[in-house]
Amino acid sequence: MSSASQTDLPLAAPHGDHAHGDHAHGDHDPHLAHHFDTPEQQMTSAKLGMWVFLGTEVLMFGGLFCAYSINRHNHPEVFAFAAESYLNVFWGTLNTLILISSSLTMAWGVRAAQLNQKRLLVVCLILTLLGAAGFMVIKSIEYTAKWDEHVWVGKWNQYNADYKGSEPEAPGPALNAPPTPVMTPAASPATPSDANAGQDVSMIKPRYGGPSGLAAPTAHPNESIRESSLNERVRVERYRSLSDSEQWHVSAFFSCYFLMTGLHGLHVLIGMGVITWLLIRAIKGEFSAEYFTPVDLVGLYWHLVDIIWIFLYPLLYLIH
Amino acid sequence: MSVAQPIPAPAKVDNYLTHDRGFMSWAFTLDHKRIGLLYMGGVLTAFLLGGTFAVLIRTFLLTPHAWMFKDKVQAHLFYNNMFSLHGAVMVFMFIIPAVPAVLGNFVLPLMLGAKDVAFPRLNLLSLYCWFGGAIFFSYVLLGGVFHAAFGVQWPGGWGLDTGWTFYTPYSTNYASGTVPATLGAFILGFSSILTGVNFVATIHTLRARGMAWFRMPLFVWALYATSLIQILATPVLAITLLLITAERTLNVGIFDPHIGGDPVLFQHFFWFYSHPAVYIMILPAMGVISELISVHSRKHIFGYNFIALSSVALALLGFIVWGHHMFVSGQSNLANTIFSILTFSVAIPSAVKVFNWLGTLYKGSIRFTTPMLYAMGFILLFTIGGLTGLFLGALMVDIPLHDTYFVIAHFHYVAMGSMLFAFLGGMYHWFPKMFGKMYHERTGQIAAIIIFIGFNITFLPQFVAGTKGAPRRWAEYPEQYQKYHVMSTCGAYMMTTGLLIVAFNWLHGLMRGRPAPDNPWGGNSLEWHCPSPPPHDNFAVPPVADDPYNMGGWEYDKTIGGWVPRSHEISPSETAAAGRTRPVSH
Repeated sequence: MSSASQTDLPLAAPHGDHAHGDHAHGDHDPHLAHHFDTPEQQMTSAKLGMWVFLGTEVLMFGGLFCAYSINRHNHPEVFAFAAESYLNVFWGTLNTLILISSSLTMAWGVRAAQLNQKRLLVVCLILTLLGAAGFMVIKSIEYTAKWDEHVWVGKWNQYNADYKGSEPEAPGPALNAPPTPVMTPAASPATPSDANAGQDVSMIKPRYGGPSGLAAPTAHPNESIRESSLNERVRVERYRSLSDSEQWHVSAFFSCYFLMTGLHGLHVLIGMGVITWLLIRAIKGEFSAEYFTPVDLVGLYWHLVDIIWIFLYPLLYLIH
Repeated sequence: MSVAQPIPAPAKVDNYLTHDRGFMSWAFTLDHKRIGLLYMGGVLTAFLLGGTFAVLIRTFLLTPHAWMFKDKVQAHLFYNNMFSLHGAVMVFMFIIPAVPAVLGNFVLPLMLGAKDVAFPRLNLLSLYCWFGGAIFFSYVLLGGVFHAAFGVQWPGGWGLDTGWTFYTPYSTNYASGTVPATLGAFILGFSSILTGVNFVATIHTLRARGMAWFRMPLFVWALYATSLIQILATPVLAITLLLITAERTLNVGIFDPHIGGDPVLFQHFFWFYSHPAVYIMILPAMGVISELISVHSRKHIFGYNFIALSSVALALLGFIVWGHHMFVSGQSNLANTIFSILTFSVAIPSAVKVFNWLGTLYKGSIRFTTPMLYAMGFILLFTIGGLTGLFLGALMVDIPLHDTYFVIAHFHYVAMGSMLFAFLGGMYHWFPKMFGKMYHERTGQIAAIIIFIGFNITFLPQFVAGTKGAPRRWAEYPEQYQKYHVMSTCGAYMMTTGLLIVAFNWLHGLMRGRPAPDNPWGGNSLEWHCPSPPPHDNFAVPPVADDPYNMGGWEYDKTIGGWVPRSHEISPSETAAAGRTRPVSH
């Protein structure tokens, strides 16, 4: 029943006057895909798709925000201790300013594209790219500092029960003052039963006896840092004032910190890649008042990256 | 293509299958129809694989003490791997993508009267994400095979024995294969997300002229609701799986109680996705059934608005009931109670659908074609699956039934009895449109009946065994349960036979089937207005949509074995009312 006369489909259609095929772009806007009727329809679709995609991004980060909230709710003192002791508000604030500025230049760039101001567009994209790079540089400074302080993620975190002690200086007790017996009788109890004997709260700890165990951080990690400043002492005091079960969770803060900022940083890197792509196209002069969809979409993405940071910044750096 | 008598067939009718040739034209195709077919190849392979695991499990369970192996450790390892891989492959690689990515990809743009989905390249990317995830799962599977056969240990995996749920702390601290399997599921999740994004944009912006929201075919509504879930739930699974991977490789301590994490948080995250995911499985299936029931009883769908909105209601309600998977996890009683009550609300839109389908069938001129047999099987099996779901949603009843075969039976009634039946029914329904060939009807009907009977023999006994306390996921079991297991296994073999007949039937239809008419069933949604198989651009002229369930405009033409527009004795206005395509001059 291909005979289209019966279904009212004109027979001549497939390659007739209405040719929508891949080959018939002559009289069309070159950017208009064959399955769209008008550039407006295409733009609407693209924008809708981008918004929906950004929604999925929000939900993906939502999982991490949720994990953060639950951890924080369960152990507020831990989060206060870790954030105050280890996060540098100056760098965080500076990064926030940089990222917000880059969002401004991005938005400006979109406007420039819409107004056919091609040179301004290029300038804006370069500034945005610089902002993103600056953000990553500062982030890497912060990450390096965390590494030096042994508060990286997971087993590279001195507060973690699985801490492996990546540096020789880590098992501090031998190098510094003998461990204070506040929490544990010895930094490395010979047997679990010994550990039990000396501890008030022995229900959960014995499994982790030993230098890299949970009991150990109370004794060594903070004292192990050689240039023991006033800050360090305060930090140690505060740490000791945490209860046993809370001391467990200090590394959870850093897990949240690294997972959240890490995933965000990955998004910044992806954003830098996409902005570079835009920049190349913009230098070639491919964007105009008629066609600027990619600039618009990348702009949306960049604002999302920005807005996620705007939530991360107070959660991690400011509230204690 | 058969042709009505007077007009000779056009020398070479261009269709999407013949539009381009060569490997590259398929591997990098942007045509939604070809992508649908490629998905079909992948998804059916996954089904074959998952089905093989299922048959092996059933064979293994014939006797209480693992007769297939001498060595107990080997036996248990094998069993654990089989049920984990069966679950993971079936859920992530078959059930979730089957209807949206195969049938949806193929039919959705046709139903909307569009030339393609909104983002064809994204569509191709989603296909490749699927294959990327499949590679990870193959790695896990082959790792298991090599470990069993040669004692070789690959990094990250000698099989998967966590169950498809990856429950912590087992998956984070002990099990094998977690990292590649979770990464595989993560990538498959992206495939699902991208399909969802694509469908939402397509449905919003590419509807034909005349297709208001409440004139869309119900399958489109169902796909829309499904896409919403895919978009809103899958990212949460993605981050959860990433966290598991981070837990295993970096010991981050979000879920691992050993370093201060919370394993129940994992269950919350997991079910926040995986409960909505069962609606990803069932909603598009329900959409297919709405089409089948209406078209094959030649009657306007009953309660269109209710069916359409109940899809959306199910999608939304699906997000607030995840806690009913966790009644025994130590969740507070208050939370348990709330989740239990909310769970019961899901019954309302589900029942709305069932009653409306029955209302459609009532006084319809029912034809027992193969798709219709599957649709009717669906209604029965879904009702059983849905009602037993209420048992499990009731707090007090769930406590003894938790982790028994009752849960297995319930889930399979919904996931297999309903979703698979709808998939098969949909495949038969659109088979002529996809390939331009008819399948052999009688063989299809026989296979459908065999599968239906086999299915019930497999899973009805499991309800009984479950109420008698048979625990799930046990490689060895007390002897009093053997009779149920034997029955189950026999049913599984019967079902396998039926499915092999289906495979034969399709292959036979592909090679020897008679040419399909453009409209073999007399449906009026837009996909029946274009030729079978459709040309590359679907519609020569942008169609104008009308009520997709008003089938009055078609009459049966014996000479071609299909339906043609009732063109002669009806006035043009009535023709328009029947919702046929009209050439648009411009």
